[in-house]
Amino acid sequence: MTSTTAEASVSASLETATIKSWKAPIAYAIFSLIAIILFVVNGRDGTSRFRLSSDADVIQLPAIDAPTRLTCVVVVVLLLAITAYATWLSSQAKRVPLWLTIIFAAAFMWAFLTWAAAGESIPVTGLLLGTVALSAPLIFGSLGGVISERVGVVNVAIEGQLLAGAFLSAFVASVTGNAWVGLVAAMVAGVLVSFLLAAFSIKYIVDQVIVGVVLNVLVAGLTSFLYSTVLTSNTPLFNSPPRFPRINIPILSEIPILGPVLFRQTVIIYFMYVAVIVVWWALFHTKWGLRLRAVGEHPQAADTVGIKVNATRFWNVALAGAIAGFGGAYFTLGSVGGFTKEMTAGAGFIALAAVIFGRWDPIRATLAALLFGFATNLQNVLGAIGSGVPSEFLLMLPYVVTIFAVAGLVGYVRGPAASGKPYIKA
Amino acid sequence: MSDTTATTAPSANEPQKAAKPETPRSNQVLSEILNGNFVITILAVVFALIIGAVLIAVTNEDVQKASGYFFAAPGDTLGAVWQAVSGAYGALFQGAIYNFRRDSFVDGIKPLTDTLTFATPLIAAALGIGIAFRVGLFNIGGRGQMLIAAACAGWVGFSFELPWGVHLVIAVVAGIAGGAIWGGLVGFLKARTGAHEVILTIMLNYVAFYLISWMLRTPGLLQAPGSVNPKSPPMMDTAVFPDILGPKYNLHLGFVFVIAATIFAWWLLNRSSLGFQFRAVGENPNAARVAGINVKNTYVQAMLISGGLVGLAGVMQVLGTVTTGFSAGIDAGIGFDAITVALLGRSRPWGIFAAGVLFGAFKAGGFAMQAAEGIPIDIVTVVQSLIVLFIAAPPLIRAVFFLPQGKKSTKLKLNVSKEVAAK
Repeated sequence: MTSTTAEASVSASLETATIKSWKAPIAYAIFSLIAIILFVVNGRDGTSRFRLSSDADVIQLPAIDAPTRLTCVVVVVLLLAITAYATWLSSQAKRVPLWLTIIFAAAFMWAFLTWAAAGESIPVTGLLLGTVALSAPLIFGSLGGVISERVGVVNVAIEGQLLAGAFLSAFVASVTGNAWVGLVAAMVAGVLVSFLLAAFSIKYIVDQVIVGVVLNVLVAGLTSFLYSTVLTSNTPLFNSPPRFPRINIPILSEIPILGPVLFRQTVIIYFMYVAVIVVWWALFHTKWGLRLRAVGEHPQAADTVGIKVNATRFWNVALAGAIAGFGGAYFTLGSVGGFTKEMTAGAGFIALAAVIFGRWDPIRATLAALLFGFATNLQNVLGAIGSGVPSEFLLMLPYVVTIFAVAGLVGYVRGPAASGKPYIKA
Repeated sequence: MSDTTATTAPSANEPQKAAKPETPRSNQVLSEILNGNFVITILAVVFALIIGAVLIAVTNEDVQKASGYFFAAPGDTLGAVWQAVSGAYGALFQGAIYNFRRDSFVDGIKPLTDTLTFATPLIAAALGIGIAFRVGLFNIGGRGQMLIAAACAGWVGFSFELPWGVHLVIAVVAGIAGGAIWGGLVGFLKARTGAHEVILTIMLNYVAFYLISWMLRTPGLLQAPGSVNPKSPPMMDTAVFPDILGPKYNLHLGFVFVIAATIFAWWLLNRSSLGFQFRAVGENPNAARVAGINVKNTYVQAMLISGGLVGLAGVMQVLGTVTTGFSAGIDAGIGFDAITVALLGRSRPWGIFAAGVLFGAFKAGGFAMQAAEGIPIDIVTVVQSLIVLFIAAPPLIRAVFFLPQGKKSTKLKLNVSKEVAAK
């Protein structure tokens, strides 16, 4: 008993005192070690070619040829230097800044790509283009997650919202023949799932995680059932939605590298850019955002100053559902075309991870979603050129990274204080 | 221990509950789910079946045709609805309990044994998840734990030549150990770093899935020699659960293991001191810490046991259900179904047993319904998830069936102080 209390008091004092955190240098050292083993000891000879532009581009950039072994050694030295710098920072009880981690990760990735592409060429624009496309539903989902959790309702049902959005958008767009109507239907579907989430968690005070998990199962079952009974009964009528065409934005789409990646996309992606910026701005710079965050952090205080806590929660969870549902439309109207059973394949859970990884911040969550999209697409690209790494390990990467992130190696993660707790007026 | 009574009991009655370390809300809600009454459960099942019936009727082609002239002959529509729904639920019953179309009792009762066979892994996994619930932990990692366990048990099952009996026991133990490690990892990370177990378990599901997928397509690991499919070799006969009712039925020895596991879980939770710690932490971790319980260790122990029991379900799959070699889909969604079973069984071992049999019946009957009536088995998933949603919200069910709303005071009844007082 005494040992427990002593331990508790120690940990309590640690939180307030300035401490030397060795987590970052340790993580850097582990990855540097992996880099040395993989890229230097197990190094490959040859040249790695990075293609920066495709033949269709107006401005042609020359491809970069990097000698594989030399590049790897140089980058590994750079990694070691960063690790040493981080160790020095930690020994001085200074925080390791985020940009250092980003540089470290980018350098590691560069070495990895060089190593994996020995004797091959990597289409850089294709890699990044696919990243943006694959990240789209994750980004919409994580924006929905951020709003929902910031207002105090844990949203495990992102998967269900995406799937419902994908289903209803495919159905409605097929029947009406209009993709724009399908887009609206996707938002309606997301809102419907949100209504259930909000009603059960706010009115009936059911544990929000339980409701989320069960809603995912419910939506998966319902859409599969309706897919088998309704959609497949008349596929041309019910499940052949028109797709949004790619729109090249004049001038911007001709910027080398960035142009093809960012500005030759479907309208859903352009909405995504707007959504990320609007959600970020509104969350931190408007009255709405302030109230929303107040309700999520300290509902009692918010109630005291006259904010209707449960109404705020209800409508913002609905909004979150609309955004996530919109992302679901990407599956049908943006990429695949028709709806198939459980086509979201866990994207909602990755979006949830992006929310936590991004520390409940729209911009960071977007970056985290891009990271997941990048890892998935990297597996596609490397699978095409045939690298030495089994594709399963690349697919596993985002999940392992998330485990590291939530386990605190990357940084202490703290969510909105009242997230997951229903507010009952005393 | 008697201090606990003194500190928790009065504070529960005090009007200002602002005492700083408050019970996490999720624990209270879980206890609310556990303390709900039996009638609500029945009504929730009925209500879910009614909604399922509506779905079946609406998507039925005869009903759609008849409804086209509903006002001319409403009887046709109602008749078609009755045909569709009674056909579906009739097939469900015949596929799950007793098939009246068979001549002898021996053949007719086969669906019931199928139900128990389907229930076997469900109960095992749900026991694991239920124990985690009682500690206040949400184990969504059933899929990963089952996969790792199946791989461990399967590896022992197909690669070692051991005498009959010994082989089976070692395979089962290996599987349970694999599941326990995968689950215990979550407990360890939660205890050490405070990471949320929901995220950890979801992520570990994917890690396990890709890990097993890779091993299954890598020769020399789990892949069957000479094969190009991502599938393991078949289990050796010595490692397979023998059929307990003869070769006519699929019911295997795993069912006996599951009964034993249920008794173990009941003993653990209700009779052992470890189980007392589990429940104390689940009711209120802060109070448990004050009472001298090492909460962090309890999380690790609970996740070890939880993972082990879920692992047992993986063992059932690989040594009982699919003995011809397993693929990465061996978990068959049981890890997720088990969550609903645990919730339906209110996280009590025998409740879980009953709920597992019910869901096993849904599964067995669902396949029969799909074959006989062409109704996709997904309807069963819908009904199951609706049951859990309704059970979690008793006020909703009371409102639907015009029952009087229950008193609020009974909802927040604390088990812990009562148990302590009894000692």
